[in-house]
Amino acid sequence: MRDQPEQQAPPVQRLRIRYAKRGRLRFTSHRDFSRAFERAIFRARVPMAYSSGFNPHPRISYAGAAPTGAASEAEYVEIGLAEVQDPEVVRRALEESLPDGLDVVDVVDVVEAAGGSLADLLEASHWLLDLEVDPEQARSAVEAFLAAESVSVQRMTKKGLREFDCRAAVVALSAEPREGGARLDLVLRHGVPSVRPDDVLAGLASVGGLTTGGAPLLTRLSQGPLDPGTGEIGDPLRMRG
Amino acid sequence: MSASANVHPSVVPQSVFPRLEPRLPSVSKPIQYVGGELNSTVKDWDCGAATSEGETVRWALMYPDAYEVGLPNQGVQILYEVLNERDWIVAERTYAVWPDMERVLREGDAHGPIPQFTVDSHRPVRAFDLFGVSFSTELGYTNMLNAVDLAGIPLHAVDRGDDDPIVLAGGHAAFNPEPIADFVDAAVLGDGEEVVLAISEVVREWKAEGRPGGRDEVLRRLAVSGGVYVPRFYDVAYAEDGTIEAVVPNRPGIPFRVRKHTLMDLDAWPYPAKPLVPLAETVHERFSVEIFRGCTRGCRFCQAGMITRPVRERSIRTIGAMVENGIRKSGFEEVGLLSLSSADHTEIGEVATDLADRYEGTNVSLSLPSTRVDAFNITLANEFSRNGRRSGLTFAPEGGSERMRRVINKMVTEEDLIRTVAAAYSHGWRQVKLYFMCGLPTETDEDVLAIADLAKRVIAKGREVSGRNDIRCTVSIGGFVPKPHTPFQWAAQLDPETTDERLKKLRDVVREDKRFGRAIGFRYHDGKPGAIEGLLSRGDRRVGAVIEQVWRDGGRFDGWSEHFSYERWVGSAEKALAGTGVDLDWYTTREREYDEVLPWDHLDSGLDKDWLWADWEDALAAADGSDVEVEDCRWTPCYDCGVCPTMGTDIQIGPTGQRLLPLSVV
Repeated sequence: MRDQPEQQAPPVQRLRIRYAKRGRLRFTSHRDFSRAFERAIFRARVPMAYSSGFNPHPRISYAGAAPTGAASEAEYVEIGLAEVQDPEVVRRALEESLPDGLDVVDVVDVVEAAGGSLADLLEASHWLLDLEVDPEQARSAVEAFLAAESVSVQRMTKKGLREFDCRAAVVALSAEPREGGARLDLVLRHGVPSVRPDDVLAGLASVGGLTTGGAPLLTRLSQGPLDPGTGEIGDPLRMRG
Repeated sequence: MSASANVHPSVVPQSVFPRLEPRLPSVSKPIQYVGGELNSTVKDWDCGAATSEGETVRWALMYPDAYEVGLPNQGVQILYEVLNERDWIVAERTYAVWPDMERVLREGDAHGPIPQFTVDSHRPVRAFDLFGVSFSTELGYTNMLNAVDLAGIPLHAVDRGDDDPIVLAGGHAAFNPEPIADFVDAAVLGDGEEVVLAISEVVREWKAEGRPGGRDEVLRRLAVSGGVYVPRFYDVAYAEDGTIEAVVPNRPGIPFRVRKHTLMDLDAWPYPAKPLVPLAETVHERFSVEIFRGCTRGCRFCQAGMITRPVRERSIRTIGAMVENGIRKSGFEEVGLLSLSSADHTEIGEVATDLADRYEGTNVSLSLPSTRVDAFNITLANEFSRNGRRSGLTFAPEGGSERMRRVINKMVTEEDLIRTVAAAYSHGWRQVKLYFMCGLPTETDEDVLAIADLAKRVIAKGREVSGRNDIRCTVSIGGFVPKPHTPFQWAAQLDPETTDERLKKLRDVVREDKRFGRAIGFRYHDGKPGAIEGLLSRGDRRVGAVIEQVWRDGGRFDGWSEHFSYERWVGSAEKALAGTGVDLDWYTTREREYDEVLPWDHLDSGLDKDWLWADWEDALAAADGSDVEVEDCRWTPCYDCGVCPTMGTDIQIGPTGQRLLPLSVV
């Protein structure tokens, strides 16, 4: 008979990592990223803590991943280590092990990053949406959208076609001209149902008649705790107090 | 040829990525089209300009299946690396695009259709000098046609001009490239490592001279070497009965037969050394080391074993170094030790123990595709699973009855098998997978039904030795397809209807069994894809019209059951072969005679045709009870299959007597 696998020790240190998804690697899906990340961890010889069981997994938890095809400057993942490491050393090792376009921005010890679980800290996101549309049209669509009490949109989900309001989650929205079109600046509160930037685009189409030609380029600039007063998004890795 | 033949200001082809990018969100798994894999190589289009010859030779390499299947392919990865190591060669990769991406490419944009592109730099395939396609299976032919067409290269070799790449086929299926002779400019048989460099040199020289004589001349130069088959330089004449009368060179200097290539000293070629690590999920999420090439077990159905002779081992030291390098460079924690029969490596025991020692206490797991049925395999499997999971073991008796196994020269007795599975179950393995074939020469219903008896005995033995009831045995069955360059190349293939009937009878017998039925899993494929594989395997140039018809009717991804359409193939065969006097059955279910000129007779695998025929006769004698066995020439005297003297090669095996030292801890 086979012995039961030995129990693995709990992690001695937790690190929170901010990474970016840039350029063509923005087409990396979340599943693709998690595989790539596990391999990078192994190549970088980061001393990971493992889960117990017959098939131990490195302790990695992901939070709030951007949709496939969206670029992001602010994705977050937390890892559990079996040995205490200097976060800066881990940052450099991971940066070298990940392909260009999946870039490690910041690594912080959880003890220093105050307040709650990573998922709890990621309350809202700041997005840029680059569209190939007339800036004036975009501006008027944004005005109509903001003036509306609620904006109902549909999206195909795993549970079928869902209808929900995409207006309430929008904390701020504005339109500026850019070369070849317009840029929307959007702050979205996370919640249930989760509203994504493309839902807001669908809302702009329905209340403002804005049709976004081609494929809009979505970029998440930041995500973190939302200051309800100012609408500002804080750094979830560097909280004060 | 243009007037400025000596001046070739190379126009750097533009990346099609900016055209692709806006459409990527609309296709499934866009990551497969963006490249950027870890350890991939992107070179300057004119990297050769700085070398003494001043010329660059550029290859687009294709594995003609979806990215998730093609990327892990060892053959392409090895050639990609070997070529890119030269400072005057650019090699990039391309794969078959899924139908949604095909629509995007054909629809195109304001600039017209978007061409088939490489994933490394997104350059159009047509901009390369050579377009090399590696075929592990004939079912990739329609995907090649599609890629050629998407690339904007004329489909037929005769219509191509000096601006089109040389379309070159390789891989096991290239040992009979006749069905695709109209679509390829050249084919190469055997190991690719050295010949791709030799071809590159011929192309470089021709380019440096200002491309004298154009396309025809560079193909002639390749053909006269005797190691590159250029179909257009051979005429095929057919007799009235539809068989081939002769295949003869149609111009001076072209050899009557084209030789396969054999790489000697695998230790000198430790590739892949920079394994490609994709972001997309692929079929093999592991790093593989080929521990030897070739096999002389002499299984008569096995084309791989016949065309890759002789056996050439990698030494234990090289294997150890390749494993360590591979996992460090890739980050894969699973390592496969590949070969046609890995337990046959002369030092496999030492390899297993030393690697297991080296990686003890880590999450690195080792696997060995176990094929042979003997108890030693269990010892190895135990060693390999020291750290990892212990899920299942696979054995391949191939034939259900003892008689059948003698016909195919797979000399495993029922007692061997029972002893082996007893060892497996008593060591804690819960599941054993058994692999068989259906439709072997001289097979009857009884031979196939014997599979059920065998599986029941396996379960009974497993329950007895383990004292448990939850053990399982999965029976996996594939249809036998006779292949060129094997003793069964003359055999009649079993028609799909009889194949399906036999498998149904077997399934019913297993299901009806109250005591064992539930413990036996049953996996098989219907006989239809096998019939088409048979057509493509033993076809001649007339089959090209069938492939083209299928492709024109929308045939793609024929290796995928959800894309494969038997009706399309049958309909296309009727249409394309009308008036030739031959048909699908003629190519598949017909037994050939000794005198028949086979479509691949002018392609030299080294095997002596008379030896193959004698082995075929031995198989038929064994079917009638004769006790002839072909042993393995690694341990018994040479039996004159012909390969070594014809090719000037020798068996290269250990033992070396060396061991692996523990790795120093970093």
